[in-house]
Amino acid sequence: MMFKKLVPAATIAAAAVFGMVPAAQAQISGDVIKIGFISDLSGLYADIDGPAGAEAIKMAIADLGGSVAGKKVEVLVADHQNKPDVAAAKAREWFDTQGVDMLVGGTNSGTALAMAKVAQEKKKLYISVGAATSALTNEQCSPYTVHYAYDTTALAKGTGNAVVKAGGKSWYFLTADYAFGTQLQNDTTAVVKAAGGNVVGSVRHPLSASDFSSFLLQAQSSKAQILGLANAGGDTINSVKAANEFGITKTMKLAGLLMFINDVHSLGLKATQGMYLTDSWYWNRDAETRAWSRKFFEKFKRMPSSLQAADYSATLQYLTAVKAAGSDDPDKVLAQMKKTKINDVYAKGGWIRDDGSMIHDMYLMQVKSPDKSNEPWDYYNIVETFKGEAAWTTKAETKCAAWK
Amino acid sequence: MEIFGLPLQAFLGQLLLGLVNGSFYAMLSLGLAVIFGLLGIVNFAHGALYMVGAYVAWFSLEKFGINYWLALILAPLIVGAIGVVIERTLLRHLYRIDPIYGLLLTFGLALIAEGLFRREFGVSGQSYPVPELLQGATDLGFMILPNYRAWVVFASLVVCLGTWFTIERTRLGATLRAGTENPNLVQAFGINVPLMVMLTYAAGAGLAALAGVLAAPVIQVNPLMGSNLIIVVFAVVVIGGMGSILGSILTGIGLGLVEGLTKVFYPEASSIVVFVIMAIVLMVRPAGLFGKEA
Repeated sequence: MMFKKLVPAATIAAAAVFGMVPAAQAQISGDVIKIGFISDLSGLYADIDGPAGAEAIKMAIADLGGSVAGKKVEVLVADHQNKPDVAAAKAREWFDTQGVDMLVGGTNSGTALAMAKVAQEKKKLYISVGAATSALTNEQCSPYTVHYAYDTTALAKGTGNAVVKAGGKSWYFLTADYAFGTQLQNDTTAVVKAAGGNVVGSVRHPLSASDFSSFLLQAQSSKAQILGLANAGGDTINSVKAANEFGITKTMKLAGLLMFINDVHSLGLKATQGMYLTDSWYWNRDAETRAWSRKFFEKFKRMPSSLQAADYSATLQYLTAVKAAGSDDPDKVLAQMKKTKINDVYAKGGWIRDDGSMIHDMYLMQVKSPDKSNEPWDYYNIVETFKGEAAWTTKAETKCAAWK
Repeated sequence: MEIFGLPLQAFLGQLLLGLVNGSFYAMLSLGLAVIFGLLGIVNFAHGALYMVGAYVAWFSLEKFGINYWLALILAPLIVGAIGVVIERTLLRHLYRIDPIYGLLLTFGLALIAEGLFRREFGVSGQSYPVPELLQGATDLGFMILPNYRAWVVFASLVVCLGTWFTIERTRLGATLRAGTENPNLVQAFGINVPLMVMLTYAAGAGLAALAGVLAAPVIQVNPLMGSNLIIVVFAVVVIGGMGSILGSILTGIGLGLVEGLTKVFYPEASSIVVFVIMAIVLMVRPAGLFGKEA
């Protein structure tokens, strides 16, 4: 309710600050603003982003009245099937033949890095929302990439630090055997060691393994206090399920290094209670997030994940910047975005750093026990808020040339 | 005492887990072997039927409160009926042409089924609880074994041996085998061969569904659960010898054990060890370990 009034008010305010731009003078290429969205729409990551992520983008456009600076806003949606080559080819086609002005990238780090390359070559704005890899703003940073929601560094700093501080000194990792898993394990290992903890071992499992009991018994015989799950989606879900079945949870505490609310929903609170996880957003954070989430719920019969909220926010901020700049020229829009604080249902006081990271608060959460949960999807207690830059890569650590 | 640098107790524990997974492989490859042996169809829809079986169990518990034990009977019947429809409307047109068509058709059916379930239920999956009677775990001295896993091994051995006995040692089984060798002659004896073939496919589908119900409490019920497993199961059938019932049972259990040990000594290779063995077996014995040389 409140939010419906807020958005037009904010847009009017923004327009007033930056000067009203008459529609006739707005420099919009092709007389239409085109947003492309390429994500996993059907595979193992389709619930955390997927088709509902596309709808979140459309919700943002609808909240702005369907047009910006007098020009219609259109959305193109495609499934990359978790294949980097498909994602890159689609992005190239859209930039070349469809006149896409801005690309929102969904889940899967491999596809995200591939799309970032294409956007850089075509000099188009690329906002990566669903991918985890910190390489997007580090080794492979680009002047046209904005990494919007989270990255492996933020996840590691959040959960790693908090768990060591809470007494979890010795760690064992269960790691998905591909680029994302090893990077998450390495990032977390560094954080754990810096905080005074130690890593006693790790086991790498193949992606989409059918049974985790064998890996879990190895983890248990390590006698470590904490089992760090450096995997995602179905692999995390089945690891947690088997850990409960084999009683591992009685001797070790589980730390999910990348878990989304959909994973917790799928497993149920009985299997996940007490787990720590780090995320960029939680639907039940405050009155504003609740109001927006209930609108989302009416459409999808489930609460939004952090990624879906970030899809919404990224679109809203992009279009607001287009309006303020009076142009959809990528350089002008990005400059506009960089000088404006991001304040919406997703982020408070967020800003885009020179390495492309959108800096905002991250949250350490603990999963509630079933009797503490007041309603469906009421799953987390926010234990700690990492303010501003606390969760992100520092200038001393970065390998991004543009931010050195 | 240590075996290959691993304490004996841990070694036994891992072997036992391998046996549990081997039981699933055995039960799934058994259905495939029955269908291929008697119909000559490479049933790529087997993984999807397994997934549908698990979903029938989940759905009937969620919507109608039907418990696990009833689901063990209900799911194979429902999925068997689906099998009848598939056989009558689609598969029976393909018996006289190249087997590749049957493979492509069933592969297509599997993709359609997966797509429909994904649309309806999403990909995160649903949790199915362990039935009350089998909750808890038993301390075996060398490891804590969840009671449900022990039940899986027991149930799958009963099903596998029962199927083997029916086909290899009973009159019904003899008729079935004769019907595949020479359908015309068996028909001449007054036996309804098309009906027999239809029921065989239904039974194979039912076996897949039964495995699905058994798996539901162990792993997350998920539209992709079948496709994650089916390729391994095909490798099991190829290693055992296409169409050999006993071969697929023994190979299933054996490969479960080998895979279990790989998970300890070189975990990264655990998803490919089965295929390495398949390649070696195909080079040395092209008809598979238990297959008859053509």
